[in-house]
Amino acid sequence: MPLAAQFDRVDILFPGLVQRAARSRVEAALRDLDSGKSRSEIIAATGVVVGAADVSLEIEQGEIFVIMGLSGSGKTTVLRAMNGLNTISRGRVLIRHGETMVDMTNPAPAVLRRLRNEAISMVFQQFALLPWRSVRRNVEFGLELRRMKAAEMREVVDKWLDLVGLLPWAEKHAHELSGGMQQRVGLARALATNADILLMDEPFSALDPLIRNKLQDELLSLQRSVQKTILFVTHDLDEALKLGSQIAIMKDGRVVQIGKPEDIVLRPATEYVAEFVRHMNPLSAIRAASLMRRINAITTSDRTCHFVDRAHYQIRLDVEGRLAAVHCEGMELTWREPDADEPAQQPGLHPDIHPDIHIVEADRLLKDIVTLRQQSGHPVLVRAEGKIVGFCGSEEIFSALTHAGRSEFRDALTAVG
Amino acid sequence: MKVLILAEHWIIHHSIPVDVWSVALINFIKNNFQGFFDVLSGVLGFLLGTTTDVLKAVPALVLIVIFSVLTYLFKKSWSLALLVFVALLFVLNQGYWEPTLETISLIIYATIACMAIGVPIGIAAAHRPTLYRVIRPVLDLMQTLPTFVYLIPTLVLFGLGNVPGLISTVVFVVPTPVRLTYVGISNVPRQLIEAGLAFGASPRELLWKVEIPAAMPTILAGLTQVIMLSLSMVVIAALVGAGGLGEPVVEAMETVQIGSGFTSGLAIVVVAVLLDRVFRPAKESS
Repeated sequence: MPLAAQFDRVDILFPGLVQRAARSRVEAALRDLDSGKSRSEIIAATGVVVGAADVSLEIEQGEIFVIMGLSGSGKTTVLRAMNGLNTISRGRVLIRHGETMVDMTNPAPAVLRRLRNEAISMVFQQFALLPWRSVRRNVEFGLELRRMKAAEMREVVDKWLDLVGLLPWAEKHAHELSGGMQQRVGLARALATNADILLMDEPFSALDPLIRNKLQDELLSLQRSVQKTILFVTHDLDEALKLGSQIAIMKDGRVVQIGKPEDIVLRPATEYVAEFVRHMNPLSAIRAASLMRRINAITTSDRTCHFVDRAHYQIRLDVEGRLAAVHCEGMELTWREPDADEPAQQPGLHPDIHPDIHIVEADRLLKDIVTLRQQSGHPVLVRAEGKIVGFCGSEEIFSALTHAGRSEFRDALTAVG
Repeated sequence: MKVLILAEHWIIHHSIPVDVWSVALINFIKNNFQGFFDVLSGVLGFLLGTTTDVLKAVPALVLIVIFSVLTYLFKKSWSLALLVFVALLFVLNQGYWEPTLETISLIIYATIACMAIGVPIGIAAAHRPTLYRVIRPVLDLMQTLPTFVYLIPTLVLFGLGNVPGLISTVVFVVPTPVRLTYVGISNVPRQLIEAGLAFGASPRELLWKVEIPAAMPTILAGLTQVIMLSLSMVVIAALVGAGGLGEPVVEAMETVQIGSGFTSGLAIVVVAVLLDRVFRPAKESS
């Protein structure tokens, strides 16, 4: 995948270098930064605030890149460097604009404006809708600045309002809508410009949890159809894990870890990240592949394998690695292959009615596995590339729930693997 | 003791010639820019005179109906339109119709001039903190200096008539729209500015599409105040011969006429109440 944006050893200081009066102080602060002084030492010595230091990121086209950190960690500072709302003190930021990469270090005003018009748009935490404009006129805003013709604009705006489900509210004013709806207007306004890169600065933090969850789901399904590059800033690890294809965790202006959600959860780089992971909700973060116990039946001569999960199980595979038979305490069981179309199962059914053993794909989330385990009363088998590769019994589920992020859990995983 | 008295004498007898300087300044302006002031005076006098004449040419009752209908169209309120109708009939009844028209045209031009000068200065000051630091003491001076003081140079430069009345009114009133525009533009929420920038607005687009609309309620509050403050200057404007509703007040004062003093004052109050009701901004929307 080609890169949509690249940060190369970026430092962002306040005031920036553009303010000539502060130049010598900023240069002193940069020297302090190089000699390894901390943020608080630098602000005490020079009065310069280090917003972000030595940030290097590579954001691929079409991914949701999440920057996670607490307030003051510099996550928003980094996001705002993408569209020039913050200026870069040192290092280099490149942003894709069509086929070219635009250098965001001191871009000419006209270049910057064109980039903001066409290539990059933004969703704000507090929505930042223009209160004197109707919903429709708010969504038109970016297009108007691009001098799009009224008729064309109307068509485009109708399409996006429809997509976020706000067409019936088009003529209302923003303050007449609920918070969730206002942020949908913000999202439609950003998407309407058809920019490739979407910056989202804690867009759902001001909303209540139910609405937040709903909008996250909507964003994910929207992303499947529009395929934008999204840079998403949040302070909520659960949100980061749910949305992110890549997550960067920031602390005190520096990136402490970059990785896929699984990497963050299973291999926290520092104690700081591990602390976060301990407080996350593992149900929607951990996938079957990382919590299962691996089985290697295919390598044994008779392609069978035994394991205990409250009862004794024996499974036999065919030559391709597919399940051929499964016995529990000598009784043959039926099984259900993973089925993408199958809706999430209702928990609480008596095992006698649904005696099947379930097979899931390796990327199923822990919350689904818990449901299936409880519903069937049997461990859940895990399939990867058509082969049965492991199982999730009660013990695996419990350890994933209680020990996620702890070293014992990681060690256990590597031992099995 | 003796030393102190001597010092006091010395100070008194060596006064700084501020008075001479100010005369020199006004004379300098008069001698070098009289042409400019004549043209300005001619243009303003023509506008004021013509507007008043046009208003006077319309039969009073017709004009009262027109004003009432305009009020209804503007505010969508029957009761306010009725108030305008009755109040203007009362003014006509008391014999102050023509002075009222003179006052109205003076207020119209004073308001136009104040907004045209004050709003751009307010915007410029909001964008340039140093400029605001420079003009703030000037604004304070314009508002605190007793009006009569700058009436004298205005008379020298513009002569008697409605033009010096208009100029004095503008000098007194113009700081208000400057200040209110400044407040409105500087208090535009940061995030709205950033939303404008993030979507690629140029400085000009940012001003017209974000800053001015966001500051509009404050700027309109300034407009209302400009109208009311202009009206408050009618008596002083009448002193330099601007005519209008101030004139009967001045006359009544000079000849100690209790009756006409009271009725002319009442006419001013009636016009003030009408202007306030009609131009007060609609209820604050949340």
